[in-house]
Amino acid sequence: MSAIELRGVSVDLDGRPVLRELDLVVPGGARLGLIGPNGSGKTTLLRSVAGLVPHRGELRIGDAPPGSLSRRELARRIALVPQNPAVPAGITVADYVLLGRTPYIPYLGTESRRDLAIVAQVLDHLDLAAFASRRLDSLSGGERQRAVLARALAQQAPVLLLDEPTTGLDVGHQQQVLELVDTLREDLDLTVVSAMHDLTVAGQFADQLVLLDGGRVAAAGPAREVLTEPVISRHYHASVRVLEDPGGGIVVVPVRSRESGGLLPSPPGDTSERQVAT
Amino acid sequence: MIVAPARLRAGPLVGASAVLAGAAMLAVLVGPVRLAPGAVLAELAGRLPLVHTTSGLSPQEAAILWQLRLPRVVLGGLVGAMLAMAGAAYQGVFRNPLADPYLLGAAAGAGLGATLAIAYGPDTSSWPVDLLPIAAFAGAVAGVIGAYALGRSGGARTATTLILSGVAVAAFLTAVQTYVQQRESETLREVYGWILGRLTTAGWHEVLLVVPYALVSAAVILLHRRLLDVLAVGDDEASSLGLRAARVRLVVVAAATLATAAAVAVSGLIGFVGIIVPHTVRLVAGSSHRLLVPLSLVAGAAFLILADLVARTVAAPAELPIGVVTAFFGAPFFALVLRTARRVP
Repeated sequence: MSAIELRGVSVDLDGRPVLRELDLVVPGGARLGLIGPNGSGKTTLLRSVAGLVPHRGELRIGDAPPGSLSRRELARRIALVPQNPAVPAGITVADYVLLGRTPYIPYLGTESRRDLAIVAQVLDHLDLAAFASRRLDSLSGGERQRAVLARALAQQAPVLLLDEPTTGLDVGHQQQVLELVDTLREDLDLTVVSAMHDLTVAGQFADQLVLLDGGRVAAAGPAREVLTEPVISRHYHASVRVLEDPGGGIVVVPVRSRESGGLLPSPPGDTSERQVAT
Repeated sequence: MIVAPARLRAGPLVGASAVLAGAAMLAVLVGPVRLAPGAVLAELAGRLPLVHTTSGLSPQEAAILWQLRLPRVVLGGLVGAMLAMAGAAYQGVFRNPLADPYLLGAAAGAGLGATLAIAYGPDTSSWPVDLLPIAAFAGAVAGVIGAYALGRSGGARTATTLILSGVAVAAFLTAVQTYVQQRESETLREVYGWILGRLTTAGWHEVLLVVPYALVSAAVILLHRRLLDVLAVGDDEASSLGLRAARVRLVVVAAATLATAAAVAVSGLIGFVGIIVPHTVRLVAGSSHRLLVPLSLVAGAAFLILADLVARTVAAPAELPIGVVTAFFGAPFFALVLRTARRVP
């Protein structure tokens, strides 16, 4: 059964079309990577699935009829990790993760023992138990991203949406976070849709890629079919080389085009030019 | 492992309540006529059912206690509690540490209402009710409703557009108020005195006027204190966690506005309480609204009772405007807390 189904979904932001008549089916348990140039609609697609922007067309979450889910019910089915999560001043990691239980706690009520047990379990699962009473704003980037993931997991939603989950992380922490998401997906049987910036990483951590351009699906399929030199050059306006990785998989590297002139020798005496060139 | 959320625990609340009780007792005892603590306690206990004590207070002293000191202390406590609680609520829903209860035009609206009542109001000395508090209350509520009606941007009401429309509404109302004051310059002094705030006329009548608003707004804001913590991640993330952020903000702002308008109606514009009390509590107890709201309520009451005590004793028999006292003592105290606190939110 499909976890998310979009039929002719369009979204306008400030009168400007951002998604146009988009069709997309995400099967349950999928590991889907959303790629596309800046402004292609990746974030808006995730936000419309999470119910944060109004859309036209038919958007179905699981077996629920479109538009039938309340805000709380939606939050129990879809957890969104935004690109730049807010870090409230002074909040502890445990309190932050507890926010993920919001869709289960009665409106004016307070959390139950079960909510606290789930928070404890999630903190354990993500190796955050030692940080529980630390302040979120005192954590490093990688630790903080784990706390944000923990909050999303506390929502116990079968679908996890990640908007560029590795922004601002170094290559080691990028891998750690993405591998963690992968393990969690297998452990908890999640459907994961991630918007991704790095095409090589996208190829490695997604089974299926969907390339958006101008609010439409420009290409979709396994990494090898989507990440080709002509496709990337057409939609990203970039010159890249797609290389075969001996360990399996593919690598996308940008190459500097000849015409940009950066590699030309600079005239003698012009030190500033030489600094740029070297 | 055990997860312990930032919940209100008995310790801090008992501590703050003890400070409040001490402040109230001190304010009852000190004045031109000093009352003996034992006698006052006996007199108060004598009003309890099934307790029969003779306090030893003379009839004059008993009248001072019941007709002058107590209503003033109770009113000061109520006003301080409401302003501090409203301040904590405003800072929470607007995610802005500089937000105060007067942010959305409540102060400017009340100021205009009071000025109009003073300048053009009929002589109400023979009326059973006083026009001034009603005009100030109505002005404060109208100011905030105006800001809310104006604060839409592209169909959506965000915290920022609300704050900006509050600024616009306040500027406009203040301009009208200044114009009225210029035309009716003989009212300047009275308006100015009202703006600086006062508890001088405090009696049980004012207390009764405020109590219903205080109870309703405190109940609503206390019930929403956990949701204020959810709003701290911003409207978008709060929505993705299943909360209707704009609706929660509307309910909390409405309750805080009622509290502010009622406080302003009986005491004028007492500044600073809504900012420094919540911030001081935050520095001591952390920034979770689950502790912040109830502790601000109690601490605000204690702070204003003490400020009023200073206002009526320092230059006795003259009285200082209480707004001057809250700023004069509040600002350095706040600076001290800011310097010594280890945890700065």
